[in-house]
Amino acid sequence: MIRVKNLFGKISLKLIWVVSATVILTIGVYSYFNIKSQSEVLYTEVERHANQLSESVKNSTRYVMLLNQHDHIQEMINGIGNDPSINNVRILNKEGEIIYSARKSDIGNMLDKHAESCYACHAENRPLEKLSIKDRTRIFRMNPDSSRILGVINPIYNEKSCYEADCHAHPSEAKVLGVLDVTISFAEIDEQIRKNEIRELVFAIISISAIAFIIGFFVKRWVDNPVQELVKATDQVAAGNLNYKIRDLSRDELGVLGKSFNNMTKKLDETSQQLYQSTKLASLGQLAAGVAHEINNPLTGILTYSSYLLKRTKDNPQMQEDLGVIVRETMRSREIVKGLLDFARQSTPKKNMIDVNEVINRAVTVISSQLKINNVSLVKDLDPSLPKITADANQIQQVCMNLFVNAIDAIGQTRGTLSVKTSHMNLSPKGMIHIKNAVCGKTHTLIDADHKINGSPSLKVKIKTNGTEGFVHLDPIYGSHKHYFGITFDRNSTLSLSCPVCDISLIDKINRCPICGGPVYKIQIPNQGFLEGCASFKDDWQQWEFVDRSGERKFVEIEVADSGCGIPPENLNKIFEPFFSTKGQRGTGLGLSVIWGIIDNHNGTINVKSEPGKGTKFTIRLPQGDTGKMTG
Amino acid sequence: MKEHFNILIVDDEEVVLSSITKVAHMEKYTVDSVMNASSALNKISSAEYDLIVCDIMLPGMNGFQFLSAVESKGIDTPVIMTTGYSTIENAVKSLYSGAIDFIPKPFTIDEMTSVLHRGMKYGAILRLKRLHDDSVLIVPCPAKYYRLGYSAWMNQDLDGSVLIGGTDFFIKTLEQIKRIELLNINEVLIQASPAVKFETCDELIHQLYASISGVIIARNERLFTKPELFEKDPYFEGWIYRIIPTELDYEMKLLIPCSSDRS
Repeated sequence: MIRVKNLFGKISLKLIWVVSATVILTIGVYSYFNIKSQSEVLYTEVERHANQLSESVKNSTRYVMLLNQHDHIQEMINGIGNDPSINNVRILNKEGEIIYSARKSDIGNMLDKHAESCYACHAENRPLEKLSIKDRTRIFRMNPDSSRILGVINPIYNEKSCYEADCHAHPSEAKVLGVLDVTISFAEIDEQIRKNEIRELVFAIISISAIAFIIGFFVKRWVDNPVQELVKATDQVAAGNLNYKIRDLSRDELGVLGKSFNNMTKKLDETSQQLYQSTKLASLGQLAAGVAHEINNPLTGILTYSSYLLKRTKDNPQMQEDLGVIVRETMRSREIVKGLLDFARQSTPKKNMIDVNEVINRAVTVISSQLKINNVSLVKDLDPSLPKITADANQIQQVCMNLFVNAIDAIGQTRGTLSVKTSHMNLSPKGMIHIKNAVCGKTHTLIDADHKINGSPSLKVKIKTNGTEGFVHLDPIYGSHKHYFGITFDRNSTLSLSCPVCDISLIDKINRCPICGGPVYKIQIPNQGFLEGCASFKDDWQQWEFVDRSGERKFVEIEVADSGCGIPPENLNKIFEPFFSTKGQRGTGLGLSVIWGIIDNHNGTINVKSEPGKGTKFTIRLPQGDTGKMTG
Repeated sequence: MKEHFNILIVDDEEVVLSSITKVAHMEKYTVDSVMNASSALNKISSAEYDLIVCDIMLPGMNGFQFLSAVESKGIDTPVIMTTGYSTIENAVKSLYSGAIDFIPKPFTIDEMTSVLHRGMKYGAILRLKRLHDDSVLIVPCPAKYYRLGYSAWMNQDLDGSVLIGGTDFFIKTLEQIKRIELLNINEVLIQASPAVKFETCDELIHQLYASISGVIIARNERLFTKPELFEKDPYFEGWIYRIIPTELDYEMKLLIPCSSDRS
C-alpha cells in the first residue's frame, strides 16, 4: 500500500488528473470530428455508389425494356439484388405498382404516393418530373431497430425509342414511365463507423493510461524520489543526524534544493559542533573553577606544610631533596590548576630563557615512578650543548609530561622503551615557517580551516585548466609541498590560479619560474611580503623573500619516541584536534590539542610519525629566539 | 610597633586555617580562626584584631559581603583576601572593595609571610596616623593618578602610554629594599598579576601587582642601580614600567582615583 501511495503521491496524482483531462478533451474533440468527417466521406461514397449503380441498372435494363422482355428484366434485377450490400432494387410504374423487384414478394404491390420512396417527388401531392441527384436520395429505416438504408430514386423518362418500340406499352405523351428505386443498406458502413468509434475510444483509454503511467513514472523519478529523499533527510536532521547527506543530486530545481539542504545541514553541523565545543569548553571552565577551588585548598596544606618542613630540616640534605620535590611539584600543580583556569581565558605563555634539558629532567623525575611501575625503560639522549631558548618552562614541561604519559599509556604492559632526545640545529625557514595568514589582491583570506594539511589550515586557491575548475589546497608550511589537488589536470596545460572568493588572478604577470620557466603564483602575506611559487606545480620552486632574508634560524629539537602500540594512520590527522581521544573515560581529549596550542604559541612545530604496532615519535622544534613577529 | 599582634583568619577549610595559623605562629603572631563570615563579624565586635585574612568563597556570607559589613561597622582593620578560585577578577574586585591585599591559594610560607608582614605594617601605619593626625606619614599619590588598592598606581601620558609604579604607602609597608626584579620589555602585564618582585632586608620577597594590563615598552633601568629612587620619589623618578595599555577603559573602572584621597 505504501508503495502505491508513494507512486501516486499527491503531486503525481494531481498531474495525472490534469493531463488526463486534457488528453480526454483533446482526443474526444479530435475523434468527434474525425469520425464525423469519416462518416461523411463514407456516406458520400455510398451515395455516389448508389447513384452509379442506379444509373448502371437503368442503362443495362434499357435495351431489355425496349424489347419488353419481362423475364429477362426480372432476371437482371434478381442478379443485382443478390449483392449483399444492396438492399433491394425495384422498378415501379407510374401508378406506383411494383413491377420488378429483387424481392419477389413485392411484385404487384401498390405503393402509396406518400410512402418514403415517393415522397421526394410527390411531397406536395403533385408529380414532379425532374429531380436533382441530391433530392432523389433518402435515408430511412424499415423499422426502428433495423439498420439505416439509403434509397436512390431514378425516374425512367419517356423517350422516342420507348413510345416507338414494338410493344407500344407507353404512349408518347407520358413524361415519366416509372421509377427505378435502388436501396442500399448502411449496415456495413454503420458497423465500420462503430468500429472506428470503438477504436478511438480504445486509443483514448490506452493513451491516457500510457500517459498516466509515464507521468507517474517520471514524477516518481524526478519529483517523488527526491522529495522522499528530502523528507527522509529532514527527518534524519530532525532526529539529530547532522551528518546525513542527500546523495545522487539531479541538476534540476530539486537538486538545487537538495544541495542547499546539504549546505544547510553542513552549516548546522558546524554551528552545533562549535556550540557543542563551546558548551564543552564552558562546562570545562566551570569544572576548572570547581577543580581550582577544591584542589587549591588541599594544595595550600601540602605547600605550607612541606615548605614548613623544608625550613625545619635544613640539616638533613636527604630530606631536603625529597621535600624539595614535593614543594616543586606542588608549585607545578598550582601552575597546572592556574593553567586550567587560564585555558578558558587563553593566556599567553610566560616566556623566559629556559634550559630545555632541565625542563625534561624535571618532567622525567615526576614520571619516574610511573615508568618503574609500567616496566618502561627510559633512554635519555640530551645534548649538553643545547642553547637556552625563550619559552614558558611550565608549559614546555607540561608538553613533555603529556607526551611521556601518552607514551607510557601506548606501551601499556609490554615492557617498552621511552626515549627522549634533544638536539639543536640551524634550519632554513623552508619547511619550518607556518603561513598563518594569506590574502588575495582584494584581501580575501585564502586560509581554509576546513581543509588541514598536517594539522594546519591550508591555503585554498581556485584552479582552472582546459575548461575544468577545482581547488588546490596549498601546504601552509613554507617550502613543504604536500599540496592537495582537488582535480586532476595536465601539468603541461595552461593553468590559472585565482582567489576562491572573488576570482582575482594570483598569477604574477612579470616573473617566471626560474626552474621550469612556467608561470608563478604570488600570494600576499599581510605585512610580510609575498609568497611566490611555481604555478604549474611541475617543480617545487617556492620563494618567500621576506622570510628568506633573515636567513637560517636556530632551533631546539625535542624527540619523544616510544615503542608502544602506535597510532592508526586514519587517526594521525585527528590527534591534535580538541576532544579527540582514544582513551575513553580516562582522557579529556585535550592533551594533544593543548600541546599543539602551546607549541604554536611558541611559534614552534610539532610532528608525529607513527607505525601501528611499532611505536610513535613526536618531534617538537622550538625556535631559539622569539620569532613571534616573523610568522603570520 | 606593638609586640603583640593578633590576626583573625576566616576560611571554611580546616587545612587552610591550620596552614595560615602555622605561618602566623612562625612569625610569633597570635591567631583566632573562624569558619564563616558571621562568626567573624561577632569576633571583631568582641575583640580587637590587627589584621583579618578572609577567604572569598565562604558558606553564607561571602568574602565581599564580609568586607562591606566590616566597612559599614566603621572598623578599619586591614583585610587580606584569599581564595582557591584565584582569578584576576577576584583579585581586582577584592582590592577595589577595600581589601589591602590579595593572596591566591595555594601559597608558600614565604608568600604568606610577606603578605602578613605588609598587613602588619599597614596596620601599624594606620595606628600611627590615628595618633598623629596632622603629620604627613604617607605621601599621597598625585591627584590625576589612579591606584589598584593601595599599592600600585598608574598614570596615562599624553602619548597614550601608561606609567606604572608603587605607592608610597606600599613602600612604607616594606623593609629596606635590597633588590628589585623586573619583567622584560615586550612581556605582558596583566592587571592584578605580579609585576615586580622586591627582595627586602628581612629576606622576604614582596610582589607588586600590575595596576593595569599592557605590553611593557620601557622599564626604569635606574632602579637596578639605585633602588632607593623607588623609595624616595615613588611617583616620578621611581616609576617602574612604561606600557602600552591593552584594556585601559575597562580596567580604569576598577581603579581608585587618587583625587579621592584628598577630601
